[in-house]
Order: sequence, then structure tokens, then C-alpha cells
Amino acid sequence: MAFFPHLLLATLEGLVTSAVLALTALGLSLVFGVMRIVNVAHGEFFMLGAVLAWAITITLTGHPALGFAVALVLSPLIVGGIAWIAERLVLRRLEYNPEATIVATIGLLYIIQQLALTFYGPEARPVAPPFSYRIQLPWFGYSGYKLSIIAASALLLLATWFVLTRTRIGLVMRATQYDRETALAFGIPVGRVYGAVFALGAMLAAVAAVLIVPIQQAHYLMGLDPLLLSFIVVIIGGLGSLRGTVVAALLIGVSDGIISVFFSPTLAKIIATLVVALVLVFRPQGLFGTATK
Amino acid sequence: MTEDNRFFDLGKTGLTRRTALKGLAAGAGLMAAPGFVRYSQAQSSAPIKIGFQAHRTGIGAAYGRWYEKTTNAAVKLINDAGGINGRPIEIIVEDDGTDPKRGAEVVGKFASQHKTDIVFGTLFSHVVVGSAPTAGELKIPYYVVSEGYHVASGKLNRWVFQPGITDVRAQVTSVAPWIAANIGKKVTMIYPDYAFGYDHRDYFAPAIKAQGGDVIAQIPIPPTESSFTKYLPQIPADTEVLYHVMVGPGVLTFVKELGEFYGSNKPQLFGFIDSLEAVDINSPGLEFLDGSHFWEGSPRYAQANDSEAQKAYRAAVGIDDNGASVGDAKDVSTAAHMFGCWETLYVIKKAMEDSGYKGPEDRAKLVEATEALTEFKEGPEHPQGDKIFNGKIHQVFGHQNISKVEGGKLKVVHRTSIEDGMYEPEADYTTQPL
Repeated sequence: MAFFPHLLLATLEGLVTSAVLALTALGLSLVFGVMRIVNVAHGEFFMLGAVLAWAITITLTGHPALGFAVALVLSPLIVGGIAWIAERLVLRRLEYNPEATIVATIGLLYIIQQLALTFYGPEARPVAPPFSYRIQLPWFGYSGYKLSIIAASALLLLATWFVLTRTRIGLVMRATQYDRETALAFGIPVGRVYGAVFALGAMLAAVAAVLIVPIQQAHYLMGLDPLLLSFIVVIIGGLGSLRGTVVAALLIGVSDGIISVFFSPTLAKIIATLVVALVLVFRPQGLFGTATK
Repeated sequence: MTEDNRFFDLGKTGLTRRTALKGLAAGAGLMAAPGFVRYSQAQSSAPIKIGFQAHRTGIGAAYGRWYEKTTNAAVKLINDAGGINGRPIEIIVEDDGTDPKRGAEVVGKFASQHKTDIVFGTLFSHVVVGSAPTAGELKIPYYVVSEGYHVASGKLNRWVFQPGITDVRAQVTSVAPWIAANIGKKVTMIYPDYAFGYDHRDYFAPAIKAQGGDVIAQIPIPPTESSFTKYLPQIPADTEVLYHVMVGPGVLTFVKELGEFYGSNKPQLFGFIDSLEAVDINSPGLEFLDGSHFWEGSPRYAQANDSEAQKAYRAAVGIDDNGASVGDAKDVSTAAHMFGCWETLYVIKKAMEDSGYKGPEDRAKLVEATEALTEFKEGPEHPQGDKIFNGKIHQVFGHQNISKVEGGKLKVVHRTSIEDGMYEPEADYTTQPL
């Protein structure tokens, strides 16, 4: 294959990766930014989103687009509910102690994973895409659905940005992130805000998973990769920074696509990890993060 | 702090060192008393314990579940017919997580804790390679159902056998002539980047060369990969046959992305059903496979000329004519491989009867008796077909099926002879001391 089509394919692949990654990492970043806890179970919320999408589409008969649309709404809501319960029952009782919450979310990771294995099973199961339109380019074909993921993700990111910067809920969240004590003093129900943020973070992961599941499959171990990549993105972009997360996701996704097409996927992972190490050494707060007070 | 420490302070709870020692001595005395060793004189009726190293979790879990179903079906049949040497079989399952390190621990656990007679049932090649040294050290016979070439290669040890399923080298050697004669000579290979894939890489290329064909590109893919489009540009444009063998949860994505990439303008496809074991061939996105060919160890779909033995086997395991669970049409089996568990258990039965196996002290005799086996006749014990066993390399040889995807089913279009898959043995385990 000639150079240009090769590059085009690599970029398209990279953009799809970035789109999903940006949503997942944003959830992780939000939870860290506001609550100051590292959610190791984030990848499992992603997996749960995909598994629920499978369950929903399999229950609803009729056109695949209908089942998918319902899954796109319902699956994140259920995952958000589970996350909210976990936050109320576990994290709140640990008083958001950083070390204790890491251990608790590791426990949560295993619990969710094993429950998925018990009730969903070990198979990788496919979900029908809402539409299967194949775009024939002069050199190769490409899935129309994959392109729609990029658009859907961009819309969701815009919506999140709008909620965070232009609504009262967003204002309350940002106030809590900026200074917890002062927010408390001004009558902001910090506990409820934490519950909502944790649920929102999980919902972002779940919605990313619903978008990706028609091109991958739902599998109970699928949460690990997004978790690691999200951490990489969040460290590079700066914890708690929306702009940083999106830029870092684009950087990691597109470079991963291009490097893996032209060289090898292993090299792409090596370089991503190296970038993380360099960022940690030279700019510990991340590219767009602000230094901690 | 002083108050909190009380729980761990033996002195304060009244438990002295002397009482503790007395308790220990009493326990040891009980264990040593004659009546405690229940089976010492009842050996003739105690069950034969088979440790089943199962992939219940991890990437092999779908295979593991069906290996377990097949094993249970065969054990039930053997036990109903009187067991082995008049003793029933008891299967003890341990999950290895499809992980080589845990696999070795599981073998150790079977030998020292469960005290099983043998270990059986492993599929994934890296787990077999990781577990075999432990089986050799503990001198416990280890019957795998893995299809990797590692057993026959001589790289493992005298305690490891593969008597119920053919190895990859034999499989690729026997299908190469058919590929070259029927679908094309310029082949691009896509395979997983670990031991199992390397068996394909190393033995298919010489086999197709011998038929006047050529492998023009080899594309290894890491087993944990979940997206494949980025590898597809590496496929040369003049490829006539795309040879694919993939395992793990990503395989369906692989085929779908291949379909999106090529559309209708595709090369011929030849795949190993490993790519789609436990996956419904009519899943959305797999229409692309229509007209392509697959290797199958044992056919997934019931064929018009199925033997009575094959029909009985399918009924016993509980799979319907489409190779799915009788109770759930969406629960597709790993039919191309799982027959190996069934046949291996009957080989173990034969070897135990030949050697007059009584207990773990006869393990060496069992190894020699297994090595002395030469052939298995097609029938209820070997529903997949005749087999020839080579005791020197501990490997069985048999027929292979090539099936075509037609109307959403796999139809066998060619069945190789046993000789098609034979190769010059490279090892002799019988020279190793027991």
C-alpha cells in the first residue's frame, strides 16, 4: 500500500482510539480532580457498560439501532447508579483517604470483574452496530460506524464541557474541586457532590464502552487496557484538566495508530510509557494541570 | 496499645506453650493411628482421582467450560460402564486462570495436596509449557489436550502425553496440499505472537513450499490485541490466500475488520476454526466469511455422513446439529477441539487397564503402558476417527477436516488421511529415565 492511504488509515484508526480514550480518561480525571481519589476500578465500569449494552441489545428485539439507542442511554445510567452506591457504601466510609480508597477500588475491580464472570460468562459476545455502512475508499474500505464514534464522542465531550463550565452543577463541582473546606462553609453539600462526580465518571466510561462495543466485543477482562491508557492520558494531560485530557488522548491515540501501522504496536506502547516517564520527571503536574497547592 | 495487644498474647488467654504442644501431639497421634488411613486396604474400590487443570477463567475460559462439559460426559459414561479396573473416576477441577505460572502451581497442588493419580485436560500451549516441568519433577503423568507441537517436539519430558488430539505441525502439514491445489499458492499468514502461533509459522511455510507454493508475508499479532485494522495494510496486494489463526476474545473483531477492509474484493481465506471456536458463525459482521474455508479437528455442524459413534458422542456431550448447547442455541461449543478430552480419557482408561494400575506407586508403569499404545479404532471411544499413536514422541496422529462456510453452516469438503499429517519424529522420550 502506498504512503498516503497508509497514513490515512493510521490516522483514522488513531482518531477512533482517541475518541473513546478521551471519554474514558475524562471520567478518571474528573474523579481525581474533584475527589482526589485514584479510581482503579474505572476500567471495570467501562467493562460493565459494554456488558450491559450486550444484555440490553439482546433483550430488545427489532432493529439493531433501537436496541443500541436504548443501551446508549440505559447502560451508563445503570453503571452510574452502581458507582453511586459504591461511593456511598465504601468510599464515603473511608473518608476519601487516598491510600484506603486505592485499596478499596482495587477490591471493587475484582468484585465487579468476578461478578461479570459469574453472571455474564467468559465468552466475548458481539453487539450489532446500529448501522453497518461500509465506506469504500479508493485503496481500502472503512467502517462508517467507526467514523460515527468520533462524532459521537466529540458531541459527548462538548456536552461534558458545557455541564462543567456553564451550569450550576458544574459550578458546584468546580468549587468543590478548588477548595473543599470553603465549599462546605458556603453550604455546598460536598458529600452529595462527591457521589454525583463518582457516578458521572463511571458513566463517561460506560458510554465510551457502549460506543466501542459494536466494533470490539463485550468481555469480562476488557477493562484493563482502557484503565492503563486512561492513566497514561491523565498523567500526560494533567489530572483534573478537561482540555489536557482531550489533547493527551488525541496525542496518545493518533500516535498509537500511526506508530503501530508504520512500525509495531509494541513500539507505540513503549513510546507512550516513555512519554509518561518524561512528563513525570519534567512536568509532574501534567501538560495542562496546575501544580497542587 | 497495651490493651489492644491482648488478642495476640497467648500468655494472657490461658493457652500455654505446654497445652499447645499437647494438642499437637494428640493430633499427630490420631493421624498415625491405624484406623485413620481409610483407603489403605480399600484401594480396590476407592476412586481413581484425575486432576483436571481447567481454564475456568482468563482468555481460555470459553474453551475451558466446554472441555469440562465434555470431560464430565465421558466420565459419566465410563463410570456407568464400571469405571477403570472396577474403580470409578473422580474428577477434581482446579482453575489455572489460563496462566502458565498458576498452571505449574495447580499441577503441584494436584500431586501433593489432592494426591490425584494423574493430571489432565490442559489446552493453552503456554500453560502446558509452563506446567510440564512441574509434572516431570513430581513424576506425575500429565495428559494434555493442547494441539501445540511442544509435546511431539521433545522439548517437554517423559511424563507429558498428548494422545487425544493432533498437533499443529501435523494439522498444517496435512492441509497445505489441499490449499495449494484448490485455493491458491501465494499465502499471507496472520497468527498470534506466542508459542501456538509460532508452530503455525514454523511448519506451514515448509509444508506449502513442498507443494510449490510460498508464504509471502507473516504477520504476528499480540494475543491481547483488541483492534486489528492497523495490521491489515501489511497484507501484500498479490496475496492469493489469507491464512488466519487467532485465539482469544478479539477474534470476532478481527474477522469483522477484515471484512470492512476488503469488502467483496477479497483474497481466498483459509482459517483455523480456533479463530471462531465458541462463536456463532452467523454473528453480525461474519457474513464476510461466507465461502471461506476452515480447518476443523472435529466438525462443529452435524454432517450427512456422521457415524453412529459421532451421533452418540454429540448427544452425550449435549450439543445439537449446529454444535451449540442443546439447552441454549446461542451457547456455541468448541467442537473442533473438545472431543480431545473425551478421547484422551479413553486412552487413559486403556493405559490404566493395560498396566493394571493400582495407585500412585504405579505411575511409571502407566507411562510405559501409554507409550506402548499404537492405534485407536474409530468408535464410541474415538468418535472423531481412527488414530495412530507414536509412543516415542507421545503424540497422536489423525484425520483433519477442511470445511467450507455455506449458508451459515460449516460443511466438510475434504478429510485428510492420517498419513497426510505424518512427519519425521524429532525426539524419543522413551530414552529418558523414569
